[in-house]
Amino acid sequence: METLIDWSRAQFALTAMYHFLFVPLTLGLSFIVAFMESLYVKTGDEKYKTMTKFWMTLFGINFAIGVATGLIMEFEFGTNWAAYSWIVGDIFGAPLAIEGILAFFLEATFFAVMFFGWDRVSKRFHLLSTWLVAIGSNLSALWILVANGWMQYPVGMSFNLDTARNEMVNFWDVILSPVAVSKFLHTVSGGYITSSLFVLGVSAWFLLKGKELWMAKKSVIIASIFGLLASLFVIATGDEAAYQVAGKQPMKLAAMEGLYHGEEGAGIVMVGALNPNKKADNDKEPYLFEVTAPKMLSLLGYHDMNAFVPGIKELIYGDEARGIESAAAKIERGKKAKEALVLYKKAKAQKDEVAAAEALKTFRMYEKELGYGYLQKPEDLIPPVGLVFYSFHLMVGLGVWFLALFAMALLFGMKDSLEKRRVFLKAALWSIPLGYLASEAGWIVAEVGRQPWAIEGLLPVGVAVSNVDTGMVQATFWLFFVLFTALLIAEVRIMLAQISLKAKGESHV
Amino acid sequence: MFENWSYEALQIYWWVVVSVVGALFVFMMFVQGGQTMLGVAKDEDEKTLLVNALGKKWELTFTTLVLFGGALFAAFPLFYSVSFGGAYAVWMAILFSFTLQAISYEYRKKENNFWGSKVYEGFMYFNGTVGTVLVVAAIATFFSGSLFYVNSYNLSAWQSPLRGLEAAFVPFNLSMAFAVFFLTRINAAAYFVSHIEHAPLEARVRKSALKSTLLSLPFLLFFLVNLLTMDGFALGDGGVISMQPHAYLNALLKLGVFGIGLLALGTIFIVAGVYLLVFTKSKKAVFATGLGTILTTLSLLFAAGIGGAAYYPSIYDLQSSLTIYNSSGSRYTLVVMSYVSLLVPFVLAYIVYVWRLMDSKKLSLDSIKNEHLY
Ligand code: HDD
Ligand code: HEM
Ligand code: HEM
Repeated sequence: METLIDWSRAQFALTAMYHFLFVPLTLGLSFIVAFMESLYVKTGDEKYKTMTKFWMTLFGINFAIGVATGLIMEFEFGTNWAAYSWIVGDIFGAPLAIEGILAFFLEATFFAVMFFGWDRVSKRFHLLSTWLVAIGSNLSALWILVANGWMQYPVGMSFNLDTARNEMVNFWDVILSPVAVSKFLHTVSGGYITSSLFVLGVSAWFLLKGKELWMAKKSVIIASIFGLLASLFVIATGDEAAYQVAGKQPMKLAAMEGLYHGEEGAGIVMVGALNPNKKADNDKEPYLFEVTAPKMLSLLGYHDMNAFVPGIKELIYGDEARGIESAAAKIERGKKAKEALVLYKKAKAQKDEVAAAEALKTFRMYEKELGYGYLQKPEDLIPPVGLVFYSFHLMVGLGVWFLALFAMALLFGMKDSLEKRRVFLKAALWSIPLGYLASEAGWIVAEVGRQPWAIEGLLPVGVAVSNVDTGMVQATFWLFFVLFTALLIAEVRIMLAQISLKAKGESHV
Repeated sequence: MFENWSYEALQIYWWVVVSVVGALFVFMMFVQGGQTMLGVAKDEDEKTLLVNALGKKWELTFTTLVLFGGALFAAFPLFYSVSFGGAYAVWMAILFSFTLQAISYEYRKKENNFWGSKVYEGFMYFNGTVGTVLVVAAIATFFSGSLFYVNSYNLSAWQSPLRGLEAAFVPFNLSMAFAVFFLTRINAAAYFVSHIEHAPLEARVRKSALKSTLLSLPFLLFFLVNLLTMDGFALGDGGVISMQPHAYLNALLKLGVFGIGLLALGTIFIVAGVYLLVFTKSKKAVFATGLGTILTTLSLLFAAGIGGAAYYPSIYDLQSSLTIYNSSGSRYTLVVMSYVSLLVPFVLAYIVYVWRLMDSKKLSLDSIKNEHLY
């Protein structure tokens, strides 16, 4: 059973991480292209049109593979997380369907106009279509992040014993959840950064080669303004995300900071390395070395410099003085809820309404902890600390670097001194992959930090999984691994070919 | 307004919505059909015409498939859980073929595309054949049944080691699959004729439609005769499922205009469309074959879901069979989603508007000289 779960997780992680290699560029480049085309329509200058078409070609190449990987994700909840799909499908399915109706059709329909409509529709209608593709792709991010936000912080539902699933009772709670809102804003702004880095980096390459100078310089200005704004926004929304995590997923916050022992006025580790031998139940030093910004974690997580931030130890073994309950106690109550559910089902099958009512009463007393009843031991509640810790610090560190990079790009761009700054141009070029790295790291924080829960506090991954043979999942894992990797290689090669064609002046696409 | 509907009415409404999306998908699979017809082209230019005609629509088909999945998830989550998690292998194979399709258009002609155009055309062909046949075989199990068990917690276990691929070995399923496969090619031919201006190619496309029609007939007959005479999984009082003779014929009759009526009308449209396509010079056959495809599919999906039968029957354990009543979302969710569904007509409206706008100028060898090309 363990291996089935591991392979299913691996497969989901594989497809999600591949999907998210393409999504950030779609989210941001669609807007960048729309800005450029707006400039074209406003000025009537054909140079802007050529520029728009160049970036649009790259957008299209990326878009196709984003769609291909997204399809797998849509159905993977059913194929690999079948129990999940039943137990929470009543709530979780809705945003996915809404995404299809509201977002994907908008993208698919106007995408065709964007690429084939230049000679078929009016200039203004074409511009509108480009904007609608951008809005559509960002709407699709909205709905999927509402779904994901709900997994991090389930609200607006109640458990129905007869159907053995959670049912939605308040739609507005689901879509207006503060976690969903902060997730959406943070993730799309991360996408805008990644795209701005892409445009900046590719333009830097043209500048280094001394080709397409007009286009490259204009693109740098557009990308650096967009990127700079997005960088400020990503920091603000990242702060909000951490605040949400502190309140709703304290274990994730503890893992993000490698915080084993809770503290008042806890600091944030700026640079540091975890001690691999540290466990929740030993007294070893948590870090090999660390440089800390004092009180910052309390400030970030609770907006109060002196707030107490619980560590892994308190969250597992409890801290009575502070009113933190031990995980063992929750597991105990979870087991009672589980037993009551079984009793209820039995009584119903035997049509014993009295016993059923009794069981129902017991169940309602303990139902909040039902999910805990499926865990074996308290330590199961600890996510992989190292992965979460390093991913988080990598993301935040890169966020600061991007801010500086865009600020410099804008400055040099305004002063028109870009061509002379070869070191800067090289740094910009090599920063392209870093945007992807930061986005992937963010998802690792969010998703790995949530383990062992598929739905926080409600449904552990072990219960969510489909009833399939491990061998099947292994087979499809490798199938998708090979397929996606091959597609990625093809995509990158095609992009590079288009870029070098442009440099050679063969801009026909 | 939906708050006042009964739970049952909402369940029926959602089956209708899912059926409409499904029927549109079957029609839109003309893209898949078209992908198997690239051989009709005599040279590279003609092939470019065919691929680009399809290229403007493939995303729409793809998105319809996604919506079909999403709508089933939201409205009938137990189906989503039982079928996708159970018939794992067949769904994965289907997804695989669609993934290959999604990049093929964009990458086929691009410089340095790693495999060369031929491989991408191979992907398209694979998607158009294997993808179509498997999707339809999976849908045919709505009538012929599958091997699964659902326990009292509504968690399921598939009972065949082939994990859904067994559906592809049942003659009934295969007959439906191949009938639809040839139908997608007929629709594709009709679409090409309406969309491309190139006389020699047009003549060959029309001829191939005749071939597809003739090839489809034995499969279609086998499918229809079986469907109308076979025992079906009828839904009785208290949700008990039993095998009843002529269950689907009864369902079609019981649904009246929406059953046998749609089926008859749909068939007439398809026949008329094929006539226009093969024996006349009309460019509008696609409206007839398309409408016919949609109506026929609707009647069949209605018969499966709301004609008094279980739409996802289990031959392993009759009482595990899924009906629209025991597999749907909660009343609250269906109400919410029903409000969302009111947006569908607007979506359809802008799709149709853009479609007409984009198709007002036909594809020809001249026009493709200065266009974005797939
Ligand atoms: C709407 C829900 C949702 C969304 C938007 C994402 N995921 Fe996720 N992810 C899940 C829902 C989910 C899941 C189905 O719930 C998994 C499978 C098992 C689990 O615990 O969570 C999961 C697992 C999972 C894991 C494995 C964690 C582990 O088992 O240790 C990783 C690394 C990611 N995801 C990464 C991502 C990335 C890079 C995403 C960006 C597209 C992403 N997820 C979006
Ligand atoms: C489990 C989670 C996810 C599922 C089930 C999913 C599903 C899909 C599907 C089915 C498509 C193709 C749609 C089409 O037919 O056009 C798609 C594309 C897309 N998805 Fe996702 N997705 C997921 C995660 C995400 C996330 C987290 C984001 C953004 C933050 C996102 C943003 C997009 C965008 C912008 C597209 C457009 C195509 C592209 O990527 O280039 N998706 N997704
Ligand atoms: C600079 C300061 C940043 C801070 C303080 C920050 C904070 C956070 C936090 C706390 C999470 C976890 C949210 C959760 O688990 O629910 C997160 C997730 C994420 N981050 Fe950041 N982040 C920063 C920069 C960036 C940058 C530069 C990018 C990308 C270019 C990025 C992309 C993401 C993504 C894609 C996620 C996953 C989606 C989500 O959970 O919202 N972040 N970030």
